[in-house]
Formats: sequence, structure tokens, C-alpha cells
Amino acid sequence: MTISLAPVCDARAPIARANPVAKLTAAVAVSTTALIASDWLTPLLLLAALLAVVPFSGIRIGALARRLRWLWSAALIVVVVNAVFAAEQTGRILIALGPLEISTGALLDATAIGLRVLVAATAGVLGFATTDPTDLADALTQQLRAPARFTLGALAALRLLPLMGAEWRQITSARRARGLEGGWNPARRVRLFVSTMFALLVGAIRRAGRLAAAMDARGFDSEIPRTYAREQRMYAADWAVIAGALLVCATAVAVSAAYGVFTAF
Amino acid sequence: MNPSRWRTVDILTCAVLAVAFSVVFWAWNFVWAALSPALSFYPPLAAVVYGLWLIPAVLAPLIVRKAGAGIFTEGLAALMSLLLGSPYGMTVIYQGLLQGLGGELPFAAGRYRRFGNATALAAGALAGVAGTLWDVFYWYPDADLWAFKVPYVAIAAASSAIVAGLGSKGLVKAMLPTGVLDRFPAGRERQRI
Amino acid sequence: MIPVEFRGFAWRHAGRRAQAVTGVDLRVEPGERVLLLGPSGSGKSTLLAALAGLLTEDSGEQDGDVLIDGKPAAEQQDRVGILFQDPETQLVMARSGDDVAFGLENQAVPRDRIWPRVREALAAVGFPYGVDRPTHALSGGEQQRLALAGVLARRPDLILLDEPTANLDPEGARDVRAALRTALADTEATLIVVEHRVAEILDLVDRVIALGPGGTLLADGPAEAVLAEHGDHLAAQGVWVPGVPLPTRPALAAGDVALHGESLTLLHPGTDHPALDDVSFQLRQGELLAVTGPNGSGKSTLALLAGGLAKPTRGRSTVPGETRPLHRLPARRLATRIGSVFQDPEHQFVTATVQDELAFGPRQAGWPKDRIDARVSELLERLRLAPLANANPHTLSGGEARRLSVAGALAAAPGVLLLDEPTFGQDRRTWGELVDLTADIRDEGTALLAVTHDRDFAAALAGRELVLNAGRIAEERRR
Ligand SMILES: Nc1ncnc2c1ncn2[C@@H]1O[C@H](COP(=O)(O)OP(=O)(O)OP(=O)(O)O)[C@@H](O)[C@H]1O
Ligand SMILES: Nc1ncnc2c1ncn2[C@@H]1O[C@H](COP(=O)(O)OP(=O)(O)OP(=O)(O)O)[C@@H](O)[C@H]1O
Ligand SMILES: [Mg+2]
Ligand SMILES: [Mg+2]
Repeated sequence: MTISLAPVCDARAPIARANPVAKLTAAVAVSTTALIASDWLTPLLLLAALLAVVPFSGIRIGALARRLRWLWSAALIVVVVNAVFAAEQTGRILIALGPLEISTGALLDATAIGLRVLVAATAGVLGFATTDPTDLADALTQQLRAPARFTLGALAALRLLPLMGAEWRQITSARRARGLEGGWNPARRVRLFVSTMFALLVGAIRRAGRLAAAMDARGFDSEIPRTYAREQRMYAADWAVIAGALLVCATAVAVSAAYGVFTAF
Repeated sequence: MNPSRWRTVDILTCAVLAVAFSVVFWAWNFVWAALSPALSFYPPLAAVVYGLWLIPAVLAPLIVRKAGAGIFTEGLAALMSLLLGSPYGMTVIYQGLLQGLGGELPFAAGRYRRFGNATALAAGALAGVAGTLWDVFYWYPDADLWAFKVPYVAIAAASSAIVAGLGSKGLVKAMLPTGVLDRFPAGRERQRI
Repeated sequence: MIPVEFRGFAWRHAGRRAQAVTGVDLRVEPGERVLLLGPSGSGKSTLLAALAGLLTEDSGEQDGDVLIDGKPAAEQQDRVGILFQDPETQLVMARSGDDVAFGLENQAVPRDRIWPRVREALAAVGFPYGVDRPTHALSGGEQQRLALAGVLARRPDLILLDEPTANLDPEGARDVRAALRTALADTEATLIVVEHRVAEILDLVDRVIALGPGGTLLADGPAEAVLAEHGDHLAAQGVWVPGVPLPTRPALAAGDVALHGESLTLLHPGTDHPALDDVSFQLRQGELLAVTGPNGSGKSTLALLAGGLAKPTRGRSTVPGETRPLHRLPARRLATRIGSVFQDPEHQFVTATVQDELAFGPRQAGWPKDRIDARVSELLERLRLAPLANANPHTLSGGEARRLSVAGALAAAPGVLLLDEPTFGQDRRTWGELVDLTADIRDEGTALLAVTHDRDFAAALAGRELVLNAGRIAEERRR
């Protein structure tokens, strides 16, 4: 298993081409609505809208399914925990195993929260799996006026991710060569983990220093306002993405309020 | 020169730490897979290792000692996990910023002049509380207060104080003799060689 | 084209007690091409960093002046370009064009003038791909050429090169030097280059300045004259002076088989070509088997599988006296049978002091205390690490760290030692020490396998050579 930031989508799809800040705003709007609403209908409507967008995202189905697999298991855990540990078990009792009881009321509430997880996660996948980190950094500095030294510094560090993933593996095999191995002993596993982490962090800080020197040598710290080789702009389509997202949120809330099921927090 | 201005090396160190920790978290999943069955009979117990996720929020301020280091690093670590495909979607960003803020408070309260064990402990604990309060409000709102919420937050806070707070302090101490901290205020505390 | 001057310059790094350089007085005329030589730790990199304006107030203490065109170096950053050793940490952006553009954006060059200058710089270094090439998909040599393009695009008047080819394999280094040659022909910039491997760079320079420890001036003048006059002395200080012969240590007779690799194959998940494909070999006591081949041919993979550190897709590696293949041995047991030295020494350090590092293996193997102590002091003496016994391994210089990692692997006296690029980036003196150490171990009966790009090392020590290509054995040579 390797870590990589390789794009998982077709770069020409409409969503993939949208301005990252537009996507970010849309994802924030949808996730926040799902977090505020605590009924079951609002997140269900939002989820339906998100799924309708998938074909325009250019995400390959295989890649999407792999990410969604994690998502479903996370949602499932949330449902189970909320149902089992519910403050009050209302409605009909479904399961009774000694102290363990699950009622229909609790299960319904838990499912609503599970849906909330699904919405937030799907919005994240759609917004970010389709975004190139360089474009994100450019858009954050150019549209949101985020400080360039921080966004570009973060972007430069991000480039080191696959290198550090490989380094972790090398440190692990080097430790086996020295006679250190976790085996089945949990205490030893944790100790070995900590020492591997230490070696990785020392190397990481050293690398950070070298990268900073290389960047400063190319004028990164000169206090002249910098120009941008790649321009990020908000086109009409990008405003449409934001407007669409807001519309979907408003509609979802309105519909569930019309059915009388909407509740907040 | 203005001591509160971020040098490039400060920015890069925080950012690279965030990246390094996304590798650490990824590797931890493999260790954790072998250990977790023992804890799964009572979900709040899973919070025992909660502190691991908060090390960046305490470690980065301990090293670079600049205002905002905790929020920047923890927020970036969250963004990184989102780019890598986190199952928690957008909310990891909110939560990351909140945890970073929790970790930042004790350092801010000390006006970024106190970096001892007590401050580190408080930073770890507060980051843990901030993170788990988010969990409790948003992911587990229906769970029972005493059976779930309180033990969950308490266990996580204790774990974060020890693992993230004292653990980060320990990491910095172990890093001092390696010389990698020489360009940071933390490194100046080491004996010159 | 600008003059450069050091006046009574001294620098102490933050956290260090001693000054890295003291009392440097030096002048380089406009347009001169200078090679800066000196033993490891003599402060060459520190001088270049000073010129590049990278020694900021908060990173240490300065005495004297560093002047570029009569003004302090810190104010002239825009006119200076510097290329470092490590290709990986010099690239900033994920795409080749963006990376070259980075330095121009910082100079506030308007957008419509950025891209023509990027293309021009890429062409000047002979970069074979366009502006959209992902930088992680480049070989070390290509990355270094891209970094050079990033320096040239800013049109510096002073170019500084700090061992620009030290981390590259022979082919990559050759490409980078060729790129340098063409690029420098097009500019009148002043050049200062630091390089241990003198022969390859001589035709680029017209003056040699040799520094001694602490920045003292050993020699200065036209290249030929300096090398003819001070060649032996410089060689003894660690400079690779052309024409000074290198030692060879031919092997004594080889003994019994100590390691047997059978059909070793590794297919990484998600790839369709095996990294190593059906490689079998035997390693005997008292011999050194060199493994060579181009980048990516599977050499490191071979070392990993032979040492039982990764599970082969097919095949096995065994040593006499063990029924299980090596990758199934518990780590403790494995460590007593085989020592492995990784390319990056830092990955291997597991303790906080040099002497603990040496004692670690024997302790794991359960040796009695007095035997461990004897072994540790013997190794410390032999590798000239005794003064550093209590130092943290992460603070060692490259050469010291390499010697310590070899010593750590052989401390528990394993019968087999596997080395991955043992001489990578070493100066001539540490190189000689490593050759002697390796030859001694070999002649005591240890079986050695060395993955290496270093022809001189293979020539000095190897009895046989295994040439890999695309994961298979292309050729087996006897020497
Ligand atoms: N960032 C740093 N912090 C503390 N000490 C340093 C730092 N960089 C270098 N030194 C020390 O300063 C001295 C000079 O180092 P420098 O890197 O300039 O040597 P060099 O001549 O370039 O050596 P080499 O040939 O090995 O690259 C050495 O003793 C080194 O340990
Ligand atoms: N984790 C991995 N996943 C996929 N492919 C890999 C992985 N690690 C190595 N490879 C591939 O396996 C092949 C052999 O790699 P190896 O590191 O053994 O080459 P090498 O001969 O040691 O090269 P070099 O001279 O650059 O050190 C390469 O093509 C490399 O890209
Ligand atoms: Mg140097
Ligand atoms: Mg290799």
C-alpha cells in the first residue's frame, strides 16, 4: 500500500474544472447544512443531490467506490454507537440483549446522523478528490487572499508526502535489519512505532530546513508582492456552482420543513 | 528583526510536520488494526489513543513558538487527510481547526513565552476536549450523557494530555541532541556543542 | 558579472560553540569561474550560503563583511542563484514549469513574461519534457537539471553551485554537467562551484581556491598549477584529485557458500513488471560480490530480498544452518546472521549515542557485557569514531554517519553483510577508509554483497560483478 495524491478523476469534467474556491464554498455550504439539520429528510435530499452531481465530477467509479467503502463503514459505526448509547430508547424495542436495548426511535435518530456523515463525506470527496493541490493553493491566494507564503509553503511540503511514505517503509525495514520487530506483542509494537515516528520526524524537520533554504534562495522571502504564473479566476460557471449549492441547501431545508420534519441541532 | 514574524523555515517546518503526521497516521492504522479489537467492546475506550491525532497541535507550537502554529499545523494535517480521501469529508477541516485552536489557547494564554510541561499538558488536554466535544455534538448527539459522552470526553482529554502534551514535550527533548532544532528557540536551550 | 568579496568574515552557527569559518579574506573578480575545494567541514557550504544571503541574523553570529558588488550579500539576493546537492528538496512545485516559474513570481515578473523565460531556461538545460511534467516522475539527474533551470531563469549575475552532482548516479551526473556546460557558455555570470570530484568539473573553471579547516587559505591560482603543486596534499585532505592512484585490495581465496538466493522475484502490487525477476546467486565467505546496473534495475530490491527484509513474491534466500528462508526469521535472529546497510544511514540509527549504536547489535544477540565493551572500543578505535563516542548519531557528518552505519551492522559479527551504495557522496578520504574497512572484514571471512554505482569501489574490492537490467541478471563478470 502506498500513499499518493495522484488525481482520481478526469481533469476535463465540469466539476473538476471548476475553481477550487467555488467547490470549497459549495462543499462547505452543503456540509454545514447537513450539520445544522438534525432530521432524516434534509440529509437524504442533500445526498440525492450530491449523487446526481457524481456523473459531472469525472471521478472514476472504481476510485469513488474505494473511497465510499470507508465512508459507509464510518457511517455505520456512527449509527450503531448512537443507537446503542441513545439517551432514551423510544418507540418499539427491536433488540434486547441483557443491558443492551435498541428501539425504533433511537435507530431512526441514529440513521439521521449516519446520513449526515454520508453527506459531509461525499461533499468532501466530490470537492477535493477532483481538485489539484496546486490549483487549490493558487485559488486560495488569488481569490481568498490567503497569505501566499503559507499556502505555497504548505504546497511545497505536500510534494514530500510520497517521499516520506517511502521513507517510513525504509525505516521499518532498516529496523528489522537491526533486530527490531513488533511481532504480536502490543507493547513492543507501540514502542517500535514511536521510535520509527521519531526517526521520520527528525528527517522531516531536517528536510524542512533544506527546502526553506532552497525557497529563500529563489526569493521566496523577499517582501516584493509576487506575481502569479497561473491565473485562477471565478468564471460564470464557478458562480453557478456556488449558486447551485446554495439553492440545493435551501430547497432541501424548505422541503423537509414543508413536510414538518425539519429540526435543527 | 520582528520576532513574531514567521520565517520561511517556521512555515515549512509546520507544513512538513503536518505531512509527516499524515504518514504517521496512515502507518498507525496498521498497528491499530492489531490492537483495536481489545478496546472495541466499549467504544468510549477507543478514545484512549485519541491523543495521537493531536500531537501536531502541540508539537508544532513547542518547536516554532509562533502564534498560530498549532492551528496552522493541525488544520493542514486535516486538509491533507481530506486530499488523501478521509471518510469524514469536510468536517475534518472544522474539527482540525477546532483542535488546533484548543491546543493553541494555553500557549496564547502564556503569551507565547511559556513552553513548559504544564502548558504542554494543558494544550494537549484542551485540544482533546475541543476535538471530542465536536464528536459528541455532531456525531453522537443522541448518545447518553453519562454512559457515553462524559467518559468519552474525559478519557480523550486524559489521553491527549499525556500522549499529545507530555509526548510532544518528550519528542522535543529527544530531538534536541540531534541538532535539527538548532535554528529554533527550542534548540537554543540545548547545550552548545 | 559582479565582484565578490569576503572581508574578515567569520560565522558561528546557532547552537554551535565553535565558529564554522574564521577570518576569511577572499576576492573573486567579475566573470571569474572559481572552483572552491577543501576537506569536509572546512566551511565551503557556509561561504556559499553567506553569498546567497541565507545566513540570517537568527541563524547565527557573523563577523566581518560579505560583499557582492560592494553591497552586503543579504541585499543582493535577487542577483544570486544557488544550486544545492539534494535534488529532492530543491524542487518546490509539483509541475516542472511551475517550479521554474516559482523564482520569477517571487521576483514579480509579469505573467506574460514568465512563460517565455521558463521555456528558455528549460531549453538551456536540455530538459527533455514540457512544462507540465510532474516533478516526482523525474530521475535525480532530471530533477537537478530542472532545479538548475529554476536558477538560470532568474538570470543571476552570480551563480553558486554546492556539489551539484554529488547525489546522482554516474549517468545523471554526466547529464547535469553537460547542461551546466551549455548554460554557462551563454552567460557571463560569475561562478563559484564546490565539488569534491575535481576531474569532471575542471573544464568549467579557470581558478581554484583550496580552503583548509576553519577557512584558512591553502592554495589559490589557475587550476593546473594548484593541482600540480598541491595535488597530494589536497588528495590527503579528501579531494578527488585526478591522476592520484586509488588503492585496490584484491580478495584472498573465497570459502564456503554463506548466502544462497534462489529465483528471487518481487512484483509490487499494482505494477505489471516485477522489480526483480527470477534472480539466483550464491555468495561465498571472503568474497565481495558487486551488484551494478542502471537506476531502477532492481539492485536495492535484490539487497532487500537477499537480506530477508521483504517477502519475495517467489523464491527464497537462505543461509546454511537455518531451515527457514530469511524473510521468515524473527528479526532478532536475522540480525545475528545478516547485517544490512541501507543507502541512507540515518534510517538505521536506533539509539541516542554512537557507542550505544555499536553496542546495540551485540546486546540484542545476548553477548556478555565485557565482550560487548571490548567490541565497541575496538570498533570505535578502528573507525576513528572514539572522540565521538557520546555524540548523537544524527549530528554526524555524512562520512562519519556512513562509517557508523557499517560498523553498527557488523558489530554483532554476522557472517554476511549487505551494503547498499556504501560510498555514495563520500570524499576521497572516507572513501579510502571504507575500502580498507570493507577489505578487512572480507579477508576475515565475511561474505559481502555491495550494491554500487561506484566503478572505483567495485574495481578495488569485487571478485565478481552481477550486472542487473530491468530486474534480471544481464551479465555476470569475473574480475
Ligand atoms: N545549520 C548548521 N548548524 C550548525 N552547524 C552547522 C550547520 N551547517 C554547518 N555546520 C557546521 O559548520 C562547519 C562547516 O560546515 P560546512 O557545511 O560549511 O562544510 P563544508 O566545507 O561544506 O563540508 P562538506 O564538504 O562536508 O559539505 C561544520 O563543522 C558543520 O558541522
Ligand atoms: N513501492 C514500490 N511500488 C512500485 N514500484 C516500486 C516500488 N519500489 C520500487 N519500485 C520499482 O522497482 C524497480 C526497482 O527498484 P530498485 O530500488 O530496486 O532499483 P535500483 O536498481 O536500486 O535503482 P537505483 O540505482 O536508483 O537505486 C524500479 O523500477 C522502481 O520504480
Ligand atoms: Mg558542503
Ligand atoms: Mg537503489
